[in-house]
Amino acid sequence: MNNQELVQGNEACARGALYAGCRFFAGYPITPSSEIMEYLAREMPKVGGVCVQLEDEIASISAVIGASWGGVKAMTATSGPGFSLMQENIGYAAITETPCVIVDCQRWGPSTGQPTKAAQGDVMQARWGTHGDHPVIVLTASWVREVFEMTVLAFNLAEIYRVPVILLLDEVLAHLRENVTLPVAGELQVVERVEKTNGSMPSFGAGARLMVTGMAHDETGFPVQGEKAAQLLKRIVGKIEEHKERLVRYQGFYLDDADFLIVSYGITSRAVEAAVERLRAGGVPIGWLDLKILWPFPDKPIREIASHVKDILVPELNLGQLVREVERAAAGHAPVSHLGRVDGSLITPEEICRYVREKIARVCL
Amino acid sequence: MSTRQIRLSGAGGQGLVLAGIILAEAAMRAGYNVAVAQSYGPEARLGASRAEVIISTEKIAYPQVDKPDVLLCLSQEAFDKYLVGLGEEALVLVDSSQVLISTNHRKPKIIALPLQRAAMEQVGSKLVTNVVALGALNALAGIVSWEHLATAVAARTPSKYRDQNLKALDVGRALASGASLA
Repeated sequence: MNNQELVQGNEACARGALYAGCRFFAGYPITPSSEIMEYLAREMPKVGGVCVQLEDEIASISAVIGASWGGVKAMTATSGPGFSLMQENIGYAAITETPCVIVDCQRWGPSTGQPTKAAQGDVMQARWGTHGDHPVIVLTASWVREVFEMTVLAFNLAEIYRVPVILLLDEVLAHLRENVTLPVAGELQVVERVEKTNGSMPSFGAGARLMVTGMAHDETGFPVQGEKAAQLLKRIVGKIEEHKERLVRYQGFYLDDADFLIVSYGITSRAVEAAVERLRAGGVPIGWLDLKILWPFPDKPIREIASHVKDILVPELNLGQLVREVERAAAGHAPVSHLGRVDGSLITPEEICRYVREKIARVCL
Repeated sequence: MSTRQIRLSGAGGQGLVLAGIILAEAAMRAGYNVAVAQSYGPEARLGASRAEVIISTEKIAYPQVDKPDVLLCLSQEAFDKYLVGLGEEALVLVDSSQVLISTNHRKPKIIALPLQRAAMEQVGSKLVTNVVALGALNALAGIVSWEHLATAVAARTPSKYRDQNLKALDVGRALASGASLA
């Protein structure tokens, strides 16, 4: 076990950001995300970057967008309430095609809620929180090492597609510590911004004439209306939609002979993994789809699997969010049910095993 | 397969999360897989707080403790709350200087030691109660080697307080070797 370290989820996120070349962080402290900024406040200056605490989350996302146009990879981290404050400018990042990363460590409920309890209640906010039709990529993670990897991927996808990329974590994973061997330099791919002076995204102050606006615009950056505005919207949304097949990321387990399917993501996947192993050991024909990217949503694989299973279960720490997408993608091929938990605790492997066994007893009658 | 589930419970500010980190780091140095989950309220201090440590030779899928084999209680609230749902052979260590064990709670394996008092009287600070507790817990439950535990204590405490914390570990160990069942 060489190079093993005991690392917290939030620390893995901060270190993943530095690994990916992030050199600007702006944020406002909020449980359970604060350790990300704490780590970067200490470490960012050592690599010549800037970490700044601003007056609120609106200023934070604004500074991140500005830094990105200054030619620097930039990130902010927050939780649900702060994420809401950032929504307007996430739209601005989308229409100005600004690469940036927004981390949301989800906590319980609207408003202050239970700030130290986990939830997966911001799934729809991540996709639809900002206004208007817009492109967005939403990643998630279940393991401390995976937090690191997904943070690096978030920066890469932000650069490649020039979109805001959202990384959805949760209180338990953010605060969880595990023994990990984190990637060394060169182990993971890091996508660099090309040609800052001319290229597709020149930086402010680097010599190119730049016009960046939230208004509908053409390739010169000046305002347009009508068909040209429609073209802009279709193009920025199409960046993600047209590359959907390349972007979707999930792992399938025991799918070949599965009669029952569980679709899960984030911290809940940890309980599902334990449950699926137990159920399989007991001879239950269960399969599992573990989603790593929530948007774009993996419609096609879910539709295909739905056509040969009897039932689909979606466990989530909310009252029913991603289950709606699964239901839509399954398109009636298999019934989709939801196992939600909203008391601030995780769904346990026992709960899943019990639910599946009861369900199978009913379906097989 | 060998897995141990350890719940360290008490009040916010008692250093339970740090104790969990130290224990997990010691186990990691011994080659185990570890997970430390924490749970606490919105308060800056006090309020129920706990750290949960899983130590295993296998991959740890579910990262929270469901049936503790080892339970530490540093507050009355934690003792009253967590005594239920323990594993069959669970070992419970209670700080008798902070917890009153009512007779109807009595179980064969509850061990009561004056952890906070020992920290104050023998180390000179109640702030090291968490490390005294770790020393006692490890003596009773045999979780990791003393070498690994001392290395982890030294690695996770500020240099100014290192000797004090290492002494606290020894005090806890000694306290437990004279321990009797409550």
